[in-house]
Amino acid sequence: MNIVVLIKQVPDTWSERTLSDADKTLDRASSDAVLDEINERAVEEALKIKEAGDATITVLTVGPDRATDAIRKALSMGADNAVHVNDEAIHGSDAVTTAKILAKAIGTVDDVQLVLAGNEATDGRSGAMAGMLGEVLGWPSLTHANEMAVDDGTVTVKRETDEGTSDLAASLPAVVSVAEKINEPRYPSFKGIMAAKKKPVSKIGISDLALDASEVGLAGSLVQVDSFAPRPPKSGGQKVEDEGDGGAKIAEFLVGQKLI
Amino acid sequence: MPEVLVLVDHVDGEIKKNTYEMLTAARRLGEPSAVVVGTPGTATKVAEGLGAHGAEKIYVAESDDAVNYLSTPQVDALAALVERVSPTAVLIPAGADGREVAGRLAVRTNSGWLNDVVDIDGQGAATHSIFGGAFTVQAHATTGTAVISWRSGSIEIEEHAAAGTQETVEVPAIDESKSAKVSNRAPIVGGDRPELTEANVVVAGGRGVGSAENFDVVETLADSLHAAVGASRAAVDSGYYPNQFQVGQTGKTVSPQLYIALGISGAIQHRAGMQTSKTIVAVNKDPEAPIFEIADFGVVGDLFSISPQLAEEVGKRSS
Repeated sequence: MNIVVLIKQVPDTWSERTLSDADKTLDRASSDAVLDEINERAVEEALKIKEAGDATITVLTVGPDRATDAIRKALSMGADNAVHVNDEAIHGSDAVTTAKILAKAIGTVDDVQLVLAGNEATDGRSGAMAGMLGEVLGWPSLTHANEMAVDDGTVTVKRETDEGTSDLAASLPAVVSVAEKINEPRYPSFKGIMAAKKKPVSKIGISDLALDASEVGLAGSLVQVDSFAPRPPKSGGQKVEDEGDGGAKIAEFLVGQKLI
Repeated sequence: MPEVLVLVDHVDGEIKKNTYEMLTAARRLGEPSAVVVGTPGTATKVAEGLGAHGAEKIYVAESDDAVNYLSTPQVDALAALVERVSPTAVLIPAGADGREVAGRLAVRTNSGWLNDVVDIDGQGAATHSIFGGAFTVQAHATTGTAVISWRSGSIEIEEHAAAGTQETVEVPAIDESKSAKVSNRAPIVGGDRPELTEANVVVAGGRGVGSAENFDVVETLADSLHAAVGASRAAVDSGYYPNQFQVGQTGKTVSPQLYIALGISGAIQHRAGMQTSKTIVAVNKDPEAPIFEIADFGVVGDLFSISPQLAEEVGKRSS
């Protein structure tokens, strides 16, 4: 079975994140970049399927040159090969356009039965890419999986969100997004890191996907960002030491603010 | 006036407050029409409230399959309506399920998707809050219909009497090969406390609470203020409180009138989920805790004595 795992490099949430003044897109150069943690869980889940049966795992990313680091990490965990869509024209693509690019890129891999992704990246937080990709591909999407199983052309998932839990089932091919509790991703072994260096990475641009520059990036996006501003920093107010009356002091403050 | 569709946020006919917020926002853009997707009988339960909050029309897409497939019934009903009435916008709740509906609808109808919107003006210029409230961004859709994911708790609900005329929408049969079938559905019912993302007051506990049993202290204060209970990632990871109550980068984003942080140090990860709260009160033993940098009122001390005292003071004033 051929599995594609979507991975994404994101700004480290522990570092300061900002937008670029020039074109109002995420300033990816200004912060540390890491492989989004949830993607590692998607790779881990693919590796488990491979170990239980037979599968070829292709990791797919859309991003600039330095997304190579994220690809290497996934390959060193045990994925077999990678597709890296890297094209200046893609910069600034909105979610709908990104879903279309990803669907085209998945089309470059033969006979894909399963696409795995993280349920929500920490930067864009659209939290809907798996569903959108399924919509473009015409495949079912099974999202927020805390457990999953693939058996005889069917995929089943235990789904959990803030809104509740449910079981999902669909026929392959399908898109599955994994949630935080699905597994603990392995650390790459030394052997894995060495082997990753020899694994094939196919670098492609939008012309390889039969897309025109006008269909992607800021030009092809269906939303336009008009302006942005950092929120005025909230400054600390009063701070007092508790002298046995801390609770009463808070109550006084809340009364003053008409909150109680 | 152009029509504006609002997907009614409900659990088995129990309407959520966010629906009324979306109807309030929709009135700025045009004439609101509510869209009810649910099992037969749902519209009857929600119609009165919708009419009282500005819904001129109520499109009813009821079927048994409405709860048997993931997001497809909502996407199918909304896509059919987008084609038919060319609304200027479709407002959809910004929860996990709603965002999936919104993203898929945007793809299917080739519409611009504005995610996590907290405000909108009459021209369709949307305000988003990103990176956990560190930035606000203004954006608009360049397509005829904008798909808008609305974050609850963003604006004041306004009542507005409207006709609320019901109209049945034909629901297309679900294509099984393109949809995930749902079984064993168990929606989380909030119990007596308000829902975290909709609450006016949130009381949250962190690592400083120390154990699952000790969270009683947080709950007691929350109940005195009719507040929702939240928890930091540290508290959730330590098993003190269930995952769905996590506030922060990897949990929920909340923006209540009042946020009380008990034993929470205030790492960036946590602040990302709560720093847009109107008023922040913090209690922490460590005077250097970063939570004090954003707290309007901070007390350095032991939460186990301060919190019960505050609950008692609140009790005195409300009785």
